[in-house]
Amino acid sequence: MTKFFAGLSALFILLFSSFSGFASGNSEGKFNAGEMIMHHIQDAHEIHIIGDFAIYLPVILKSDKGFEVFCSSHFYHNKKTAEISVHENQIKNIEYFEHNGFALFHEKIYYANEQGELDFDEHGHPTNQAVTLDLSITKSTAGLLFALLIVTLVFLSVAKAYKKNVNSAPKGLQSFMEPLILFIRDEVAKPSIGHKYHLFMPFLLTIFFFIWTCNILGLIPFLGGLNITGTLSVTAVLATVVFVITSINGNKHYWGHLLWPPGIPLPIKFILVPIEIAGIFIKPLVLMVRLTANITAGHIIILAFVCLIFIFGEQSATAGYGVGVGSLFFMIFMNFIELLVAFLQAYVFTLLAAIYFGSAVEEAHH
Amino acid sequence: MLSVSIGTIIWTSIAFLTVLFILGKFAWKPILKAIQEREESIELALRAAENAKKEMENLQSSNEKLLNEARIERDKILKEAREAKELVISTAKGKASEEAEKIIAMARESIHNEKMAAVTELKNQVAVLSIEIAEKILKQQLSDEDKQKKIIDNLVKDVNLN
Repeated sequence: MTKFFAGLSALFILLFSSFSGFASGNSEGKFNAGEMIMHHIQDAHEIHIIGDFAIYLPVILKSDKGFEVFCSSHFYHNKKTAEISVHENQIKNIEYFEHNGFALFHEKIYYANEQGELDFDEHGHPTNQAVTLDLSITKSTAGLLFALLIVTLVFLSVAKAYKKNVNSAPKGLQSFMEPLILFIRDEVAKPSIGHKYHLFMPFLLTIFFFIWTCNILGLIPFLGGLNITGTLSVTAVLATVVFVITSINGNKHYWGHLLWPPGIPLPIKFILVPIEIAGIFIKPLVLMVRLTANITAGHIIILAFVCLIFIFGEQSATAGYGVGVGSLFFMIFMNFIELLVAFLQAYVFTLLAAIYFGSAVEEAHH
Repeated sequence: MLSVSIGTIIWTSIAFLTVLFILGKFAWKPILKAIQEREESIELALRAAENAKKEMENLQSSNEKLLNEARIERDKILKEAREAKELVISTAKGKASEEAEKIIAMARESIHNEKMAAVTELKNQVAVLSIEIAEKILKQQLSDEDKQKKIIDNLVKDVNLN
């Protein structure tokens, strides 16, 4: 029970402190909830832990002159301000970071001009050219590597346990993982795919445990609010792998029904076939969007409750504290929901992938 | 978040596919194999246990049968013994009564014989006595002359000389 409350308070402190660190950096002084939330769910070149403490990640750029590798602290410690006139006499300050001819604005890297500055148009968009290829280890990439490392180490050790005690009851970590492995095998793979399920087990298990680990990492405080599975680039890769595996394993029956569905009048075929072809792309696309949206939405809701405190806190301290108590309860509630969602989304992704594989390897039964 | 970054895609692809390969080769394959082998061994053990149970049941039922047979045998033996006992008793009884009757008959016969002998003796005795008595009486009667004459007279009178 004490552990539980310690965890909750730690989470609250994290959200609070990381927020206040951000809020203090806002030169305009006015609290902007939307900007704050977007900043937290967005990918970044640093992992912001608490207050002024952050882990700076390597920036790897392929520019016109070749590869450039440096620490992102160079960016974050060299803040610059640009003034743009929005209307006739309104002036808006825009902050960006600059290092060695590169400028970082909204976590996107551009080539700086000769003066080492970034130019903006009247809408506040940079007019400079974006860097050719940004291969930086961003927050999401770092989190993803960390999650993959955890999954690899855990399951290599579990595999060792299986090799060590053959034909005996599972022990320790092994006994925690075995029901999950059996769940994926017996409840996901077998019913969805059929007798060829063993071909897809390695992928299904990897993707399930990887997504679940990423989702949970996103809920752990003091990890900079990792939003790995809420990053579209990550889920896009996962969905692409699903698409590739489905297409490679698609048998004659699968492609036949897709491209020339039998037993259907010719005019309808002309409507159906394009829909079916669109479908094979839409299916992984939906996988991608569902996972990203669900995980991001969870983060946004929790952050929104934090914002609520500061919005009211701007009016008066009393209102801030009063709303804070209510918000805290909602945040606790949402965190529990998110724990469930973390598992559920990993399960849903795996299940749908298994169903797609199942349709690809299904044999004709007529 | 909603913009796709090429860098992240490249890193994700490399890292994910590497891990997929490593886990597929060194984790999932042995784990799934071990689980399947264990399941098979459990299945085998369960089946063996089921067989043993069935055998045990068979054994038990055959035991029951044997016991029943033994019980029937015992009952039969007991019954025969009882019958034999009764037979022995009844034959013994018959023999005994027969013997007794025989003895009684013999006794009766000997009694009868004894009686007959006694009666004969008595008769003989009586005859001797009567002769002695008659002798004495005759001696007395024929002691004087008168009386001898009288008797002769009587006898002569009786004898009709025809």
